[in-house]
Amino acid sequence: MSEARKDDTILEVKNLQTVFFTNSGLFRAVDNVSFSVRRGETLAIVGESGCGKSVTALSVMRLVPDPPGRVVGGTVTLEGTDLLSLEEAEMRQIRGNRISMIFQEPMTSLNPVMRIGDQITEVLRLHQEMTSKEAWTKAVEMLRLVRIPEPDRRAQEYPHQLSGGMRQRAMIAMALACRPALLIADEPTTALDVTIQAQILALIVDLQKRLGTGLILITHDLGVVAQTAQRVIVMYAGKKVEEATVEDLFENPKHPYTRGLMASMPAVISFGAKTDARLNEIPGMVPSLTNLPPGCAFAPRCRLAIDRCRAEYPPLQEVDVNHLAACWRATELVGAP
Amino acid sequence: MFAYIVRRLALMLVTLIGISIIIFVLLRVVPGNIVDILFDAAGFVDPTDKANLEKELGLNLPIYQQYLNWIGGLLHGDLGYSYVSEKPALQEILPRIPITARLAALALLFSASIGIPLGVLSAVHQGSRLDYALRVVSLSGLSLPSFWLGLLILMASVSLFGSMPIYNPNPKTWTEALAIYAVPAMAVGFRSAALTMRITRSSMLEILRQDYIRTARAKGASEASVNYRHALKNAILPVITVIGIEAAFLIGGLIVTETVFNIPGVARFLVEALRWRDYPIVQNLVMLIAVVVVVANFTVDMLYAAIDPRIRYGD
Repeated sequence: MSEARKDDTILEVKNLQTVFFTNSGLFRAVDNVSFSVRRGETLAIVGESGCGKSVTALSVMRLVPDPPGRVVGGTVTLEGTDLLSLEEAEMRQIRGNRISMIFQEPMTSLNPVMRIGDQITEVLRLHQEMTSKEAWTKAVEMLRLVRIPEPDRRAQEYPHQLSGGMRQRAMIAMALACRPALLIADEPTTALDVTIQAQILALIVDLQKRLGTGLILITHDLGVVAQTAQRVIVMYAGKKVEEATVEDLFENPKHPYTRGLMASMPAVISFGAKTDARLNEIPGMVPSLTNLPPGCAFAPRCRLAIDRCRAEYPPLQEVDVNHLAACWRATELVGAP
Repeated sequence: MFAYIVRRLALMLVTLIGISIIIFVLLRVVPGNIVDILFDAAGFVDPTDKANLEKELGLNLPIYQQYLNWIGGLLHGDLGYSYVSEKPALQEILPRIPITARLAALALLFSASIGIPLGVLSAVHQGSRLDYALRVVSLSGLSLPSFWLGLLILMASVSLFGSMPIYNPNPKTWTEALAIYAVPAMAVGFRSAALTMRITRSSMLEILRQDYIRTARAKGASEASVNYRHALKNAILPVITVIGIEAAFLIGGLIVTETVFNIPGVARFLVEALRWRDYPIVQNLVMLIAVVVVVANFTVDMLYAAIDPRIRYGD
């Protein structure tokens, strides 16, 4: 954010635009999204499926499948380097080394015919001058760091011999092996058992603190956000609709969509809701990105929408200190229930 | 694993016994034996001469007796005598095996070393002109019979170079040896190469969509490493199956190719022997082919376990 010291910022994304060319037309999966991440900070990106969270992450990694997708605008600056202007070979030096990514599906994200140890060794040998023996020792050390019991034996095993939680730990070990400046975790706990989710999340946050890594946590789970993040951006239909510190966002959400997300959280019994009460839901569906309404994309589902919302897209503006929202009625809603 | 291999070997033996019975019966169902053919050619037939000759060759015995004699001989390493040359069948067959084995090995090597890389290339550049061109070539490979392709190659080499490589049992230089074997091997291997390419392509397309391929890219692996180290190793299993099956089909292709290129290998010999109803030669040769096919299948299954750690043969 604005008051952040420049040297502390590791990732600066400005006006990022990623489009997909499909048979049913062009759609903007990421539309003019800006954000930054500081060293050791956790930024959460929240939104429903298909809102552009994952594409944003893949755009930063420059891993958007092309065709059909392409980053068409904006800048992505990592530690002073503009990633979007790098040659592919130079970008490969960055991936896995300065930025790493953990994916949603630990069951399918590891190569089934390679040993766990070899998969971690690979990333080390790609980016660091190491003999295969040194790399293997380091790989085992990484497995120990992510608290996999018997790391020596596990390194020799294949992914199918590990449980889902173990595999995600191995993914984390792989992602952090080169001590990246930035870790992107794309729904890292969604595919796991509830009991394992908390462990994995705690592990990521703990290692992030110890290693001073910046973390982008992509999730649709606001509970996860509250536990881990310092700052949150909320995305809807490819656009950033709200950005605030985590305390601010939970206490005082400005965008009706954010309010809707919070109201539809099942774990808000402490707010005094009746336990047999029906969960709140946001009516309607996420609009098709190929056929967006002219005004605010959320207007068709918004109870507070006025004519202006349907006609003009609201600009992202500072509605409070360090609190951005893209809603015509955001300022009126301050303090409203 | 050990128990599994023992069981597989026992099963292979049963299969071979079954095959031996089928070969034996089928051969004798085909009308006319060598005696009929000889006497037909002579025109005049003295029934006693005919009976004497049949007795001499053991063709007057009941069929099960003939079968047991053959199998009994096989177990002692005695394959009988060729009816035509009257030499031991083993002597006739053995020197021809290396010729065909070289051809078959070259053909398989050709199909794998051409088919797999081109299949990967085609998959990686899916939808590109290169992909379409390779698919057209592979389609032609599947539709051209190998004997016709062999003839085309011979005619082309005559019209282009004024000569063609002719089989020579004692090639002077290794280049000559390669020319003798490589051309027919390519003619017969083209089909396998085309099939291998198609299977590699479709298998690769499936694998390239997997999450772990994205993981490999996210690690910073190069395209070559992603395609070969990560994807191909996962995509190779169906390709191995096809190459294993092709190894068996190859014998069929070799029969005509050896004839077209005038190579005195096992496959052409089999056809000649069949024309004369030279039972000892045909029986033993078909048995040999059966052994090759069964062993190829077994090898493929073992390779599966070697490549994919998820495949383990338990008891």
